[in-house]
Amino acid sequence: MRTRTWAPYALIAPTLVLMAIFLVYPIGSVVYYSLQRYNVTQPWKNGFAGLDNFKQMLFDDPLFWQSLAFSAKWVFVEVGLQLLLGLVLALIVNETFIGRGMARALVFSPWAVSGVLTTGIWILLLNPSTGIFQELSNLGIGSPGTSVLGNPDTVFDALVVTELWRGVPFFAILLLADLQSIPKDLYEAASVDGASRWRRFTSVTLPHLKDAIILSTLLRAVWEFNNVDLIYTLTGGGPANQTTTLPLYVARQAVDSHNFGYGSALTVAGFLILLFFSIAYLRVSKFGSRA
Amino acid sequence: MTETLGKTGTLVREVAGTTHAPPPPGRRRRRAVAEEPGKPWMIRVPLFLYLLFTLIPFYWMLVFAVRPSGSTQLVPWPISFEHFDTVWNDIGFGIFFYNSVVMGLGVLVFVTILSVMGGYALARFKFRGQRVFLLAMLCSQFIPGAMMLIPLFVIFKGIGLLNSITGLVIAEVAFQLPLSLILMSGFIRNISVELEEAAMVDGCSRLRAFFAVVLPQLKPALVAVGSFAFIGAWNQFLFALMFATRQDKFTLPVGLSYTLGEFNTDFGALAAGGVVAAVPVVLVFAVVQRFLVQGLSAGAVKG
Repeated sequence: MRTRTWAPYALIAPTLVLMAIFLVYPIGSVVYYSLQRYNVTQPWKNGFAGLDNFKQMLFDDPLFWQSLAFSAKWVFVEVGLQLLLGLVLALIVNETFIGRGMARALVFSPWAVSGVLTTGIWILLLNPSTGIFQELSNLGIGSPGTSVLGNPDTVFDALVVTELWRGVPFFAILLLADLQSIPKDLYEAASVDGASRWRRFTSVTLPHLKDAIILSTLLRAVWEFNNVDLIYTLTGGGPANQTTTLPLYVARQAVDSHNFGYGSALTVAGFLILLFFSIAYLRVSKFGSRA
Repeated sequence: MTETLGKTGTLVREVAGTTHAPPPPGRRRRRAVAEEPGKPWMIRVPLFLYLLFTLIPFYWMLVFAVRPSGSTQLVPWPISFEHFDTVWNDIGFGIFFYNSVVMGLGVLVFVTILSVMGGYALARFKFRGQRVFLLAMLCSQFIPGAMMLIPLFVIFKGIGLLNSITGLVIAEVAFQLPLSLILMSGFIRNISVELEEAAMVDGCSRLRAFFAVVLPQLKPALVAVGSFAFIGAWNQFLFALMFATRQDKFTLPVGLSYTLGEFNTDFGALAAGGVVAAVPVVLVFAVVQRFLVQGLSAGAVKG
């Protein structure tokens, strides 16, 4: 079957062309722009800038560090909670019970919903006058007029819960898929040997899930780092840039300020950070080696 | 087969034996209870709570969408379609919906075809540059979408694809293809080669062998990858927001994001727009989630 022919090249040719135009070339040009002064509003200043953009970013731009710190916090909290809840959810819907298919379809469904739509739905749910907190206060729970989105102390929690709503199903689906590939004999053998439910979980299930967990947390970390739609539509990065992530900051530099050079430098920094993080994560977690 | 089973069985036995002291007699009963497959409350209670968490937001949107303006009922009756009329006809969700459908189907078709082609190449051939190709596709997952904005904008402007659904389809296909292709090659690798080889020995061309033997077995994978692609395209926001400035080229997420801003107080319109955007994709998802889980467990996660 494995012969040397032109066939595989013909088969991947369209993919290669697309990737060259829409991935490789843009990466190259972002790197190029990052070394330029390139501002649409001040074209007379455009030209080679060397590392000036990066110097400004590292030493002269508190918003860069602030947005980076928020991105890190966001990824850490969001992915950690998603993993935990997603694992529990996957274990639950992996059990046999009546109505399981229906339950799966329902609890997984927010995964199909976009960030913008998630925002819309949660704005309806959380709005102070007709949202759920108002209804609860009608029942005597909590205080009326609670505005979690308008309050700087609670807006982060609201963001996190909102993203959990559509993010947990993603983990649950991936982990459920991997749970189902665990041979039943392993559990039977463990049962025969008198292993408790918890013991079977830690000795059979978790080691088997290890690679799936590493891969899904990594993918999700990258996606959450790059998440734009939810945060953009829910808070727009505010109040006072408190919820501005690095990609949001990039978008603002590019779209609002037309500062393509500096925006590109921020992008390159974000890319390098993700790359470094990913490699370190795969190394430290020993991806690919079964426990 | 029996040999491997014996081995893994022993392995577990060893692990359990070395670290587990014989349990005190008092704990035996409790464990026996824990091992019953039932224990319904352990499943029912958390599942019920999670169902509430999932469904209450959907319900809220539905209520806002169908109750008349001014009403605050939580169980709306009579149902009114005035908000749907507003968003569909006045705000233009009819057009956004059409654009989203065209974009979703376009991406679905191209991603599915190209990922089958590339996945087959990766799974069934060994060729120069294979590892580099695979590595490049994996690495592409770490590139921030926001990173592409500036250069893509310049490209699209250059080739006249701003404000065009075709342009959006091409960009979205390019972004989805790497992951779909990797998934698809995982599926194809899991289909045994023997039948295919037998067909080719019997005189089938490779192409005919593919259509007669591989493709029928690939159905769940096609459904999984295709629906993945459709849902991804349906929800694409950043590019759609950037590359479509004319209202007749908006897709649903873009239209919705404007509804969030401009109609901040018209929750009925927001909710009705949300229902229009949610219903098709949630229905698609409810139907295919079974295949998705099956397909992913068929080897994609393992790579």
